[in-house]
Amino acid sequence: MKKLLLATALIAVSGAAFAQDVVRLGTEGAYPPFNFINDAGEVAGFERDVGDELCKRAELTCEWVTNEWDSIIPNLQSGNYDVIIAGMSITDERDEVIDFSQGYYPPTSSAYVAVAADADLKGVISAQVSTIQAGYIAESGATLLEFPTPDETIAAVRNGEAAAVFADKDFLIPIVAESGGELMFVGDEVRLGGGVGLAFRESDTELKAKFDAAIQSMKDDGSLNALIETHFGPEGAKF
Amino acid sequence: MFAACADPKAIESLTWLTCYLTSGKHLDFYWSFVTVLTLLALTAPIALAMGFLGASAARARFFPLRILGKSYAALVRGVPDIVFFLFFVIALDQGIEYMKSLAVCQGGEWPWQGLEFRVCPEAKVPLGAASAMWHQAYGFGLAVFTFAIVFGAFAANVLYGAMNAVPQAQLETAEAYGMSHGQVFRRILVPQMWVFALPGLSNLWMILIKATPLLFLLGVKDIVYYARELGGSKTQAYEYPHPDWRLWYFLGLLVFYLVFTSVSERVLARISARLSRGQATAAGEAMRKAAP
Repeated sequence: MKKLLLATALIAVSGAAFAQDVVRLGTEGAYPPFNFINDAGEVAGFERDVGDELCKRAELTCEWVTNEWDSIIPNLQSGNYDVIIAGMSITDERDEVIDFSQGYYPPTSSAYVAVAADADLKGVISAQVSTIQAGYIAESGATLLEFPTPDETIAAVRNGEAAAVFADKDFLIPIVAESGGELMFVGDEVRLGGGVGLAFRESDTELKAKFDAAIQSMKDDGSLNALIETHFGPEGAKF
Repeated sequence: MFAACADPKAIESLTWLTCYLTSGKHLDFYWSFVTVLTLLALTAPIALAMGFLGASAARARFFPLRILGKSYAALVRGVPDIVFFLFFVIALDQGIEYMKSLAVCQGGEWPWQGLEFRVCPEAKVPLGAASAMWHQAYGFGLAVFTFAIVFGAFAANVLYGAMNAVPQAQLETAEAYGMSHGQVFRRILVPQMWVFALPGLSNLWMILIKATPLLFLLGVKDIVYYARELGGSKTQAYEYPHPDWRLWYFLGLLVFYLVFTSVSERVLARISARLSRGQATAAGEAMRKAAP
């Protein structure tokens, strides 16, 4: 009888372990070059490559899920996916509700982009909702104009709704470069956040430890820097 | 899709456009039209059925049932759609998983821990290991159910009004002929009420058609999501870089919605004509006089 109980318990435990082996990665899919939906309709970008490599090293089967930015933390908490990998900066405010891995992308600068060099940076500034940039603008005394997607923050500057957009510089660089001189960087760069990390539910410490170890191994053998170089060019910030 | 599309940055004009419009993401976009139409085809009859039950309950002689029917219509109609679609769906999803966890989990921990909702992996619906298709189907199912509840409440109110519009004299006459309460309901009330309900129901149908973008709140990628996503300006990180084309995509959607609503108008006009035949309404009376 004891043996039977033990066997049942073992099966239950191994079943649980098996079910947990599929890890669902949640991303936004609208934030190139970090993450975007490519023309084949699949998640692509820097975080796709990093995520796939981390899962390989941690020996996990991963699946990609997209979720709009605004509800990305609540949906992690209610268990719709297990990890957020969406260019999310590590901040104290977020750390109170979720847990971050170590950074897989160094702390970066945020910058203003406008259509004219004399744009009023105390005027109307567009930023994506629930980002550290939106928080910064709200406190800077400028008028904050929030949008649900990063693309709309740029469109607001192009059509004159906002004087400038404030966002991650790495996101803005390709947009400014390809605008044919229409858009330009203005004002000073601001350093915000403590790097970009994976986010987990606070109870998922085991999963977090696995990913932390995998990130460390990618940092140690230089493969993380190589991926940054591929997606952000030689000027991308390295570890 | 085509061999010529292997290197999108090297091709031009018409070939580029052909390749662009047949990219994997565009095919997903075209499929999302099917998703929306399927949603409408499933939701409309279910919502009508819920409305019918709600209206019948609101007229019931049994007091608790009457309260149930009336409060269903009053409560759901009073809550803003967007709140309903954000809150109710999460609650429904967690409720389903909680029920399942009672059956399959050991330990039986209370799943709501602070901000987190935690059940054992076996209780997840669908299971974490299930394919993406199941996750989508589940989201779609939740969407149909939620739409049906919301629109069912409005339909209940419309049908309740329509049932009251059937002339009282007819019901009393039927009873005088010795029909039971159920027989009066089935033979006299229901066949005649549709003509009174139709204007209200056709309004609801039109609103339902335009409410489908709420699908995105439920994680189902609908046509408006794709129009926004495909139309947004694209950098060289994408295979087909282009400036902001949202205007064109939304114009396309405008045409789709206008065609769809105008076809609906025509179909509803025919149904209305069919239902008015022999009715004691202005339209029915006009038909009677026009007949030779």
